[in-house]
Order: sequence, then C-alpha cells, then structure tokens
Amino acid sequence: MIHGIGIVFLITSAITVAGALAAALLKNLIHCVLCLSITLAGLALLYLQLDAQFAGFAQILVYIGAVAILVVFAILLTRGAGIPEYRNVSSSWLVSLVIAAAIFALLTWAVIRSFPATAAGAAPGATVQSIGSALMSTYVLPLEIVAVLLTVALIGAVIVAMPESGAAGKSIEKGGAQ
Amino acid sequence: MSFIQSMDQIFITLQHWIAGLFPLWLQPAVMAILAVVAILGAFPAIFAVTTVLERKGLGRMQNRLGPNRVGPLGILQPVADGIKSLTKEDIVPFTADGLVHFLAPLVLVTAVFLGFAVLPIGRNMVLVNMDAGLFFFFAIGASVELSIFMAGWSSRNKYSLLGAMRAIAQMISYEVPLLLSSVVAVMITGSLSTTKIVEAQSGFTGIFPHWYVFTPWGFAGFILFVIAALAETNRSPFDLPEGESELVAGYFTEYSGFKFALFFLGEYLGMLSIAGFGITLFLGGWGAPFSFLGFIPSWLWFFLKLFAAISFFIWLRGTLPRLRQDQLMNFAWKFMLPMALLNLVVAGAWRFLGEGWQRWIICSVVLLAAYFLLGRTLMRHQKLGPRSYRYAE
Repeated sequence: MIHGIGIVFLITSAITVAGALAAALLKNLIHCVLCLSITLAGLALLYLQLDAQFAGFAQILVYIGAVAILVVFAILLTRGAGIPEYRNVSSSWLVSLVIAAAIFALLTWAVIRSFPATAAGAAPGATVQSIGSALMSTYVLPLEIVAVLLTVALIGAVIVAMPESGAAGKSIEKGGAQ
Repeated sequence: MSFIQSMDQIFITLQHWIAGLFPLWLQPAVMAILAVVAILGAFPAIFAVTTVLERKGLGRMQNRLGPNRVGPLGILQPVADGIKSLTKEDIVPFTADGLVHFLAPLVLVTAVFLGFAVLPIGRNMVLVNMDAGLFFFFAIGASVELSIFMAGWSSRNKYSLLGAMRAIAQMISYEVPLLLSSVVAVMITGSLSTTKIVEAQSGFTGIFPHWYVFTPWGFAGFILFVIAALAETNRSPFDLPEGESELVAGYFTEYSGFKFALFFLGEYLGMLSIAGFGITLFLGGWGAPFSFLGFIPSWLWFFLKLFAAISFFIWLRGTLPRLRQDQLMNFAWKFMLPMALLNLVVAGAWRFLGEGWQRWIICSVVLLAAYFLLGRTLMRHQKLGPRSYRYAE
C-alpha cells in the first residue's frame, strides 16, 4: 500500500504537524504566525523530497517570503504589537469536533482511494524546463489570465493606498511627505 | 594533469584524498562535511578581512585613519572585535519575548549560510549542484526577512519595530527587481543551475570573454542587480533601517554581545553571497577576463572578483548619501521595475534577432532611450539646479 516511508519523511511530517498544531493552539498571535512559517517550511521539504524542486522553492519564496510577512503585517497593523490574546474555549466545541472529524475522514478517504494498485514506476520528471514549456504551450491561457489578475491587484493596491485629492488630502500629503 | 590544471583543482584533489582515508560507505558524507567545513572557514575569514578593509577604507575616504592600534596597520582588529563581542554581557530586555529574541539571529545566520551552498567558487567547486540552484538562493534570501521581523518585534522597542518595518518594506520592494534582473541571465542560458550559467559564459572571442555583462541587456541587468542587491542587504545608500543617526540601530537595537556579532556576521555574509551571485550571473563566475590569463586558477579569479565587488560596495558606502524611505520606494517601484521588465523584452529580442551587429545597436538604443525617458519623466518635478556653495563670511 504505502511504500518506503523513510525516517526523513517521518521527521519532516512531524515538524509540519507540530507547527500546524502550535499555530492553532498558541496564545500569542505572532507566535502562531511563526509556527505557521515552520509548517510552510515543512511542506516545502516534503515537496523537495518528492523531487519537485520548483514547487518546493516556490513554496519557500512565496509562502514564507511573502504570505507569512503579509500575515504579520496584517496582525501588526490591526492589533498592535505584543498583546497576548486570551483564549476562550468555544461553547459549541462538540459540533465543531464532529464537523472537523467529518472533513478529515472525507480527505483521508479521497487520498487513500487515489493510491495506485501497484507501486508507481519511474516518477515523471517535473523539471523547471518541462514546467516552462508546458506553461508556454498547453497552459498559456491560464498564464495570461494570471497576468491580468496580477495587474488588477497591483492597480487596486495603488488605488486603495492613494491619498485622496482635495483639501483634506493635500494637508495629509504635505504632512506625510517629510 | 599539467601543473596549471592541478593548481586549479587542488581543493577537489585534497577533498578526494581526505575522503579516501575513510571506508567507502562513509565517503559521500565525508566529502560533503569537508566542503561545508571549507565554506564555514573561508567565508567568515573573508568577513573578518572585509570588516577591517571597510573601516580602513571608510576612514581614508573620510580623511582619517581607520583602526590602527591592534596589530600592524590595524589588521588584527577583527580579533579584538571578536573577543569583545564574546565577553560582553548579553542584555535581554525584561519585557522582550525571550525565545523569539534568541532565535532571530540564528535564523538569519542559518539562512545566509544556506545560500552559499549553490555558489560555484571554481571549476567543479560547488557544494550542491542543484538544477534549480538560483531559485534556491532567492528562496532562502526571502527567509531572511522573517528573521528581521522576529528581531524587531521581539525587542518590544518602538525603534526596533519601526526599523524592522522599514527594512521589510525595503527588502520586499527590491526583491522584485532583483529577481527580474537575474531572470535575463537565466533566459539566455536556458537553465537555472548556477554551474551551467557560469559555463555558458566561459567562451572567448579573440581575447574577450563571453561574460553577460558585456552585452546591452547584461549590462543593464548587472546594474539593476547591483542596486537591488545593495537594497536587499540593507547596505548604504539603502541603510535607513539601520541608520545610526535615525533609528539608533534599527531592528538590532536591543541586541548586545555575541548576538549583535551574529547579526553583523549575517549581514556581511549576505553581502558576500549576493555579490558572489552577481559575479556568477553576469561577470562570468570563475572565468578569466582575458583568454591569455587562463593560467591563474579559477577559484583565485572568483575571489579576486569578490574582492573587487566588496571594494566597490565599501566605496559606495563612503560616497553616497543615504536615501529616504519614500525615495527608496519610488525608485524601486517606478524606475527599477519598468527597467527590469524592459530588460526582459530586450533580452528576448536579442535572442531572436540572430547573430550580427544589428542586435547590438537595436538593444543598446532601446535601453538607453528607455533609461533617459524614464529618468527624465520621474525627475520632472524636482528642481535641481547647479550646485551653489555658501561660505561663512
């Protein structure tokens, strides 16, 4: 069924699961974000063990380098720094436990059902070159749509952050341009 | 092998000889450990030399002597600095977050040392020959930002937090032109592996090398890469996050003793590794600049180029004034990003225009026109006249 679970896989998945549990259970919100970064790094290590170099490094570059920083900024700009949260146990914990167990069972069933009957042969090479040529030939439409989406996001960010024109905007501008 | 080739491969031969003393099943581990020990020994030694070079160089540029007490001409100053940082009391603020405060310099130094793994120091001398080596380096560089945030936040100090925010904003902004300007070299080579990029630049026409910096797109890419690298490592003129006159010391205000030394080490090693990558991508890595100088070993060329790059960085630090935060951001997003994207288009045009002198003219003209137009457009509101001096009467 499941072949070749090595010691490296066990250590990496232990790190990932521990980080995810810590991210959900810790009191201090910034500690939760840092443990989430450990989880993301564990995921990247799992991708690298499966020889998917592009996915692994893109995970580190995008998730740890950008998404974790984004979450940190969001926490700091909305809640301020260094105030530990008090955790209350939710009153509907039984219902949430049942729902979480149901989703876990569904995902486990889907994953186990997809195991091949025999051990797979040589892994298909997912080199960066093959990803690049696939992006340029088969998947060029999704590539262009993602490009349009990025442009829209950039323009939206500029519009949201732009100071308003008018007297109020001008005084804010003058004060802020020191 | 002739004498020149044996000098070129002397470290590889040494590594194989030492590994040969161990049983067969242990040999790959021993070879890897030897290479790691060599990196851990060589680059901090270069860091020590860099600190004394920087202090003497900056002193000379500011019309004063640098450190000259310890050893002849102050050469042993790093030894004194090391002893000082080891024996200083390690002060942690009472309200600081202890674990995160402790981990921040460790994460920084670990991430920076990991980046040296894909740097080709000489012919056949790279620790791990990954297919996506360059991508690995930039991914690890993105993890440095997290350690800076950890340092700034865990100190519970408004100056540290402000410095950390500025540093992160600056590093994120300049990461985009850094990656885009290095993508041109990858595009023309056709591979992300650092060894292949260096090998693609190792030919010669006549006596001139095929380095990427000698092409129009390579020259523009190199300049953009150097500026973005200076901003990524918080190096002057982009050192507002750690400016001594602005923010005390920015995100490492509350660090003392050995942790401060670790931050210092991490910052300088980051500068060395990103200079090494600039050399690999654009300046031909370990290749000789002229074909008749090929008798000098490849690793010696790499270190000479690294030394030149460090001297250039020190020169910039002593010469240029510091940029303000909004000037920094404007420069990154309004000038460097369009130039980097245009550079990609020009590199693609270079590839498809075929050999000949036309492509040199077209690519150079497009890049120069874009540079002047973009520069003039962005500067049209600045009132810059001729310099005027006022002297005391």
